[in-house]
Amino acid sequence: MSKIRRGVSLYSFQEEMFLGQMSVEDCVAFGASIGAPGVEILPEQNMPTFPNITDAQVGEWQDMLARHGAHFTCYDMFLDTKLRKGELMSDEEQVASIQRDLALCNRLGIQNMRVLIFVRPDILEKCVPFAEKMDVHMGVEVHAPWHLEHAWILRTIEVADRLGTRHLGVLPDMGIFMKHYPPEFRARFERQGARPEVAQFIVDQHEQKIMCEYTIYEVAVKMGGNKAEIAMAETLRHAPYANPKRLKDFAPYFRHIQAKFYGMTQDCEDPTIAYDEVIPELVKCGWEGTLSSEYEGNRWIQDVMEVDSREQVRRQHEMFKTLIAKAEAGLETV
Amino acid sequence: MFDKYLIDAASLRNTGPADAPTGFAFEAKLGYYRGLGLSMIEKLDIAIDGEALAREAVRFDETCGAGELPPLTLDEMETAYDRRWPFGAPATILVDYPGGFPKGEHALSLREQLRVSYLPFPSINSDEKTVRLD
Repeated sequence: MSKIRRGVSLYSFQEEMFLGQMSVEDCVAFGASIGAPGVEILPEQNMPTFPNITDAQVGEWQDMLARHGAHFTCYDMFLDTKLRKGELMSDEEQVASIQRDLALCNRLGIQNMRVLIFVRPDILEKCVPFAEKMDVHMGVEVHAPWHLEHAWILRTIEVADRLGTRHLGVLPDMGIFMKHYPPEFRARFERQGARPEVAQFIVDQHEQKIMCEYTIYEVAVKMGGNKAEIAMAETLRHAPYANPKRLKDFAPYFRHIQAKFYGMTQDCEDPTIAYDEVIPELVKCGWEGTLSSEYEGNRWIQDVMEVDSREQVRRQHEMFKTLIAKAEAGLETV
Repeated sequence: MFDKYLIDAASLRNTGPADAPTGFAFEAKLGYYRGLGLSMIEKLDIAIDGEALAREAVRFDETCGAGELPPLTLDEMETAYDRRWPFGAPATILVDYPGGFPKGEHALSLREQLRVSYLPFPSINSDEKTVRLD
């Protein structure tokens, strides 16, 4: 039995759910049908009465998951620090809001909570005792353009180490391993008027890992870039390729992964995110947790084609099966 | 992320007496991958053929006329801390517009400005649909 489990975030099906073409149960049933029964939920997306959730509703969710042999893996929280116009929530209010989520997470029987990356480490420190009581791991989402070794992330690690708690850590979003520029982004910008040669220049610059500000200046000033070209160049600010070999150093601090992707080829390969490097690292260090699909390609293609999130997620899991099996076989032969 | 789906063009209708409409209404969705409290919806800018309508002319009803809660003006929404616009759910946007929606083909646009706490800038989501109400 593999230590790496497979699951889906309901985020992946946002296009179909937004349009009323899929219910949450459809998403859960689909995940289970492809061997990805772990369900990551966004209560503020998937529970229309949030934050008021009755015990009966909790029961309905549990029954629904059971019908499909599925289970919850992670709860994606939000924090509305700007709830009121012109003033930020007080620290006490922020802690109370996070505790509200921790309590609901516990009622749903979920042990991982994705914490938005902008939440301050000192606020999370105040939440640790309650997280321990609820037995929920608070994982700060390591989302591009941040990366595992970013100083902001290290602050959370420092708090977790100092407190010696197992209930605070990180939760990596695989968008930090963007090895190649997403073809879906490029095509969209070309439809918006980016000239193919300028788009190619931007892709080449990313491929060479040239620091984004050089490229943005080249495109915006020297090449006289149009609006679409400048916007495309600016996406490089959010397109880091972090070193997958560092994953093992952080493995003790995360138990869940948001497996971000923008599109899979028909051959079930990801042209963008370096899963072929990430998964061997996870297997090698013995990491145990769930790879949770997070498809985010819909917004890049919906202007020209029907979005088929199911097919995209299915292909990603075909890739996961292959890469996990290959990495595990490699371990045995060592 | 959902711009082109925001306005439900087929839902456009006049409001008030049939022979003397006082405005129009249509259903719209929130351009966001989760629901949001109404106090964080800063603007719902409506324009017809590019001509902006006054903020005061717009009211919002997330119950779509079910009458459970009163429609709110945008100013009232600023302090509606206990009401939400759920993900993927239509809400009614009511616009005071004496005479009703102009006859013939027109461009109806909606621009939603949201205060999303983790973003350094407001989230702007826009849709424009060519509509006809005769």
